[in-house]
Order: sequence, then C-alpha cells, then structure tokens
Amino acid sequence: MSDIMLKTENLGISFGGLKAVDNVNLEVKKKQFYGLVGPNGAGKTTVFNILTGVYQPTTGKFYLDGTELNGKSQETINHMGIARTFQNIRLFSNMSVIRNVLVGLHNQKEFRCSPFTSMFRMPGHYDSEIRMREKAKEILRIFDLEEERNNLSCNLPYGKQRKLEIARALATNPKLLLLDEPAAGMNPNETKELMDIIKFIRDKYEVTILLIEHDMKFVSGICDEITVLNFGTVLAQGDTKTALNDPEVIRAYIGG
Amino acid sequence: MNIVSGLINGLSLGAIYALIALGYTMVYGIARMLNFAHGDIIMVGAYAIYFAVGISDNPVVSILGSIVFAILICTLMGVITEGLAYRPLRGASPLAVLITAIGVSYFLQGIAQMAFGAKALPITLPNLGTIRLFGTSISVGTIITLILGLILMLALTLFVKYTRTGRAMLAVSEDNGAAQLMGVNVNRIIMLTFAIGSALAAFASLFYLFSIPSVDPKLGSMPGIKAFAAAVIGGIGSIPGAVIGGLLLGLIENVCKTVPGLSQYTLAIEFGILILMLLIRPIGILGKKRRVKV
Repeated sequence: MSDIMLKTENLGISFGGLKAVDNVNLEVKKKQFYGLVGPNGAGKTTVFNILTGVYQPTTGKFYLDGTELNGKSQETINHMGIARTFQNIRLFSNMSVIRNVLVGLHNQKEFRCSPFTSMFRMPGHYDSEIRMREKAKEILRIFDLEEERNNLSCNLPYGKQRKLEIARALATNPKLLLLDEPAAGMNPNETKELMDIIKFIRDKYEVTILLIEHDMKFVSGICDEITVLNFGTVLAQGDTKTALNDPEVIRAYIGG
Repeated sequence: MNIVSGLINGLSLGAIYALIALGYTMVYGIARMLNFAHGDIIMVGAYAIYFAVGISDNPVVSILGSIVFAILICTLMGVITEGLAYRPLRGASPLAVLITAIGVSYFLQGIAQMAFGAKALPITLPNLGTIRLFGTSISVGTIITLILGLILMLALTLFVKYTRTGRAMLAVSEDNGAAQLMGVNVNRIIMLTFAIGSALAAFASLFYLFSIPSVDPKLGSMPGIKAFAAAVIGGIGSIPGAVIGGLLLGLIENVCKTVPGLSQYTLAIEFGILILMLLIRPIGILGKKRRVKV
C-alpha cells in the first residue's frame, strides 16, 4: 500500500467550449491536510464535483487509495470513502439535527436491520437504533451540537449549520473528507475552533482532508500542502508557504 | 338516511381515495413528479383480481389469494414503468416527465384493451355479507376497507418515520442531490417509492371492486383523478395530507350521493372543492411552502 490517499491524473472537464478544469494533477497523502485555493471561478468546486461523481471528467482519471473511481455513481463514491460538504449549505433543513447525522450513517452495514423489525419495533430495531444514535451523538459531541440534537437543522445559527454539515459528512465514515469553504462566514473565534475540530477528527477518525478555503490564515494555519488554481489550471503546487508566496499566485490574486 | 352508516360508507370510500392519493403524494414528494399513470395501476390490479378470484370456493382464500396476486402484479408494473419510462428522464424537464406519465397512462389502458377487450367484464367477488352496526346494516366489505385502509396508512406512516429507509426517503425528498452525496442510493429509493405506492393501489383495486363489480380498461381513471384531487387538497407531498384529503373527499362524495337532488352534481362539487382549495390555499391543507433561496 502506498501512502497516497487521492491521486488525480490530468483531470479535466469542459462545458461546451469552456475548459473549467484542465490538466489537474493532485497527490494527497494519507492523513494530510491539503488545500485547494484560487480566485473565484478558478474551478475549485468543479474539482470537488468531479471527485464526488456529480460531474464526469472529460479527461483524466482519479484514484482513491489506489482504486480508480472514474464513472462511479455518487453514492458508490461515497460508500468507497469520499464525503463532502457544500459551499452553500445543503442540510436536510426540515429534519432534526440528529436525523441529519443518522442519514449519513444510513448505509453502513453494521446498522442494518429489516424494515419489518423497525416498523413493529422488535428488539433488533432498538439494538441497531440505539447503536446508531450513540454513534450520532458521539459525532455531534465533537462538534458541540449534542445539546441541540432535537432542534430542526434550519433553526441552527449559521456557524453551527456549517459544523453540522461536516458532522453529517463524517457520519458516512469517509477516508477522504472534502470541505468546501468550511470557514466561510465564520468569525475569527469560530474559525479557530473549527480548525481545532478538524485537526481532532483527522486524528480520531484517521481521515484525509482536502479543503477549499479563501481565508488564507485558515489555509496557512492548517494545510500541509496546497494547490493553487486559476482559470482551471494549476498555478502553483507544493508546500503551503512556498506556494502562497509564488509571484504568479500573488499576481493572480491582486492583479498586475 | 342513518348518520352512522353514512359516516362509515363515506369514510370507507375515502379510505380508497386516500390509499391511491398516498401513491401520488409519495411519488411527488420523493421523485418530484406527478405520476398520472398511477390510476391505471388500479385498473391493472382489478384485472389481476378478476383472474385470481376464482382460485377457490372459500371466500377468505379467494380474497386473500387475489389480493396477494394483485399486489405482486401492481408492484411489478409500478417498478417496470418507473424503470423503463421515468428513470431515463431523471433530470429532464418536469413537463417532459408529466407528458410521459400521461403517455404511460394511455399505454396501459391501450394494452388492457388489446388484451381483454374494451367491454366491461363482470366480476363476482365472494359475498361477505352484512353486519348490523348501530341499528343499520353495513356490508362487511365496507368495514374491511375502512379498517384495513387505516391500518395500511398507519403502517406507512410508521415506516417513513421510524425506519432507516424511511429516513433516507425523507432525506431524498428534502434534497436528493445532497442525499446522494451522503451515500443514499436515490434510484433505489425512488424505485421503492413506486413499489410501495403500487402495492397500496392493489389494495385500492380490491376495495373498489367491493362496490363496483366490473372491470374495464378505463376503470382506473376516475378514482385516479379523484385521488389526485384528494392529494392536492390535502397538500401534495404530505402523507397525512393525502389521508385527510382522501377521507374528506370520500365523505363529501357520500353526502352528495345521499342527499336528494344533489347526486348528479357529485363530480362538480368534488372538483369545485379542488378549485376552491387552489384559490384559497394552493399548497393544500397540510402542504409546506418551499422556500426558494436566492
């Protein structure tokens, strides 16, 4: 086994004549924090959409832990170990906080039990339901959301909704967690807290984390390596500090 | 006219509409489409019962056998139409899906007409007799319809509320894209929704044949369209809404039929209520407004 969790080879996608992502090669090591940065419209979220099966790449391939994932459906990719959050929050807003997490636990074999067992409340149901709820609470506790587990998720304040999205993604038991602007709209305190949580879950659940972020403090505070995209192509790649100080990158961000 | 028997007959008719309306409302809630071929699944079930009812002279065996057969055929038909006609259109414009559903409806009617002829075939369900209740006699079929109908609705509610699969269904109806990215197999959930809706329609066919003992290719269209109205009145997409809408429509229909001079206006009154509802509260009794985010 190599120590590479995610590898993309010449990944690209075109919409009509527009090359939204072109020739992107990433190598994310296991348990690494990897950042994907770049100005608006650089194609970062498009890369996420390719990696989760929402879009099919026009060129190139991508591998998770050595397995090729091209052409797999979204739920299969999720089962194989990639989970994500969204730039615009997409919680199940009329469901309670804990139910959101329970949906994430949905497809794990250890919680299987037949619908009849559940409908007629036979012992097997309580057993698997209790284990699921315990697991869900354990995850919510990390994000300091356990107290609010019975509230509707749409009634949570914004920062907590962002955290719940990460909790829900984590519940699907991923090897690789894709976070799309996790700190967007958070104040400095919340951002700091989020950074600690992300580090904690990396260690506890041994996930690899690939994140998109505009908050450079956040990026340099957490990412080991980054890739900078601009107009769909790789502008700079490597160690965070070096890549951020690359003259090309500075030019792309502040113009000139 | 005795009030008790009027109430029971009305609720029993309403239970039939509610069972059909559940099929409309679940498919709408989860797949975001109006399955206008759902009424014709009842017709398919009715033919299945027509052929299965003769298997035994024992009334109980005969009814049980035909309902099991009808459930099998209807579920199969629901899943097949979903897989062949609707699945390829996932993500297509809602109008294309709607027209396809109407096409499927006529297709099923056409097939039935080719196979069994356009004439109504008389069917004799075993006579279950009547019982005396609160001083009136009520047919056993009506009582079975009401009780079994309510049990089925309760079971469905429990299923959606308390099972993992039910939770996945709710998640798909909230945001199917996000649900899929969280590992829910959306196609499987939609197929299951069609299967459940069609199985409920099979029960509706049996109950319908208790009162109208003949089968023809267009049998499903009237109860289908009325149940659709019931689903809209109750709030389409809402399961308790479909139940309330169905029972309400059944009661109203029964009142219209029994009040002298009103019976020829039954349809006008029923659909008039639908129009009123759309004018006053377009989302239905229990419908939820979808917030559109900018």
